[in-house]
Amino acid sequence: MTLTEAGHGAVAEAAAHPGFLSPTGVEIVFVLVGLATLGAAVVTVTTKKLVHAALWLVAALGGVAVEYLLLTAEFIAWVQVLIYVGSVVVLLLFGLMLTKAPIGPSPDADSGNRPVALAAALVSAATLVTLVVDAFRTTWIDLGTTGRGSTRVTGEALFRGWVLPFEALSVLLLAALVGAIVLSRKGKAARPGDGHGGGGTRTSGHGRTGRDGEAQG
Amino acid sequence: MDALDVLWRLLAVLLAFLVLPLLVGQAEHKAMAHMQGRVGPMYAGGFHGWAQLVADGVKFAQKEDIVPSGADRRVFQLAPAVALLPYLVVLIVIPVGDGDMVGQVVDAGVFFVLAVMGVGVLGSLMGGWASANKFSLLGGLRTAAQLMAYELPMLLAAASVAMAAGTLSLPGILDAWQWWWLPWQIVGGLVFFTAGLAELQRPPFDAPVADSEIIFGAYTEYTGLRFALFLLAEYAGIVVLSALTAVLFLGGWHGPFADTLGWVWTLLKTAVLAFVVIWLRVSYPRLREDQIQRVAWTVLVPLALFQIALTGVVKVVIQ
Repeated sequence: MTLTEAGHGAVAEAAAHPGFLSPTGVEIVFVLVGLATLGAAVVTVTTKKLVHAALWLVAALGGVAVEYLLLTAEFIAWVQVLIYVGSVVVLLLFGLMLTKAPIGPSPDADSGNRPVALAAALVSAATLVTLVVDAFRTTWIDLGTTGRGSTRVTGEALFRGWVLPFEALSVLLLAALVGAIVLSRKGKAARPGDGHGGGGTRTSGHGRTGRDGEAQG
Repeated sequence: MDALDVLWRLLAVLLAFLVLPLLVGQAEHKAMAHMQGRVGPMYAGGFHGWAQLVADGVKFAQKEDIVPSGADRRVFQLAPAVALLPYLVVLIVIPVGDGDMVGQVVDAGVFFVLAVMGVGVLGSLMGGWASANKFSLLGGLRTAAQLMAYELPMLLAAASVAMAAGTLSLPGILDAWQWWWLPWQIVGGLVFFTAGLAELQRPPFDAPVADSEIIFGAYTEYTGLRFALFLLAEYAGIVVLSALTAVLFLGGWHGPFADTLGWVWTLLKTAVLAFVVIWLRVSYPRLREDQIQRVAWTVLVPLALFQIALTGVVKVVIQ
């Protein structure tokens, strides 16, 4: 294929698809919500107050849900709110309350890894953006057709086309769940064993646990 | 659907949101009083104290709005709105009658309702943390623990009905509803209602606001209008929970003369369930924190899973 042919192809494609220069209302809203989400995300990682970071995370995750909604993926949007805002953030706040997060700024929460974290974030963002832009460069979704992201369509895609990855993910999550239970029960299982002493300290109890674990292994 | 139609629907939802929680509150005043051998409010408004809650509202509005000096000001002030507004949004998708009598049909209605109701609890957590008060913090902690335990059985019970109907849309579920779903889904209904009570922190699941232990939990430092908003959120929550249980498990507008009186059936079922919520408050002692967790994980979750299995089996058999 010569250069001119490639150029013609690009022109034909551009003519067939809507361009970036005359955005529709939905596209403008999409970009604005995206900017707000980005802003909330940046505040999440830069604010000095721990609980404020968690609350800004709510705004960022909610913004992502609105983006899903604008792309007509209604089911995904509500699941995003249900799982992330309703459960993950509640868990985060629970943890912060348990550790008595102070009202004011928490200067000791800054680990000094800021440059490294920034570099890692920039590299991963660049990789993802390049990948997504390259993969979907000329793909246009017509949002006008009804039911593109409806529950039925999502469910059929998930349980017909993508059922194997879905099941693999379930097994992975189950493994994580079982692992968490094993880790949290390990200390308790050995406690009846050192009951005869009555005055065993915490450290000796842990030592016993380790030895029991080795003996069983 | 033109702009005027949308406006009328939103106005109707707003009116329901402003009136129904007050009706439940007044019913609680009177029903609780009579169950305890009292008469309750008798003077405000003249006839059996019908305007008591209006008078309460005027009183709350006159009080000084205090923010504790050690509190996180913005989060403290924002919390009541976060607690209240989700219930207003949820009311939009609950179908009252057959066909067109719903604010807006949402394709994944069940998920929408549960997701938005989950956001409301953030208000209690924000208030609990931002008050800079140890009782508030304890209340917030208990709220979070309770929410995490009861969200799962509630979701599973709702999923069972969605499985039975083959749709997540609330009007769609009602269109598919038959009378024999009542015994078929009864276990799921009980689980949903109980988990909903716990999520609203209503007695017997009111350990997060236990007055004899932690004063008033996350709301200890609130006064005036913001405190009233938290109270209103509780009663709006009762309305939403009762209406949802009626729609998902009791058939909503189904009943004799459903063509013309469908909306009466929905309101009647909602009112009966709201009365049960009040009744439970008067008759049951408060559960301890560990009992609350045990009820969720060892009773409600297995029951909800059993209901899902039953729904699946019956669904396969009748097809």
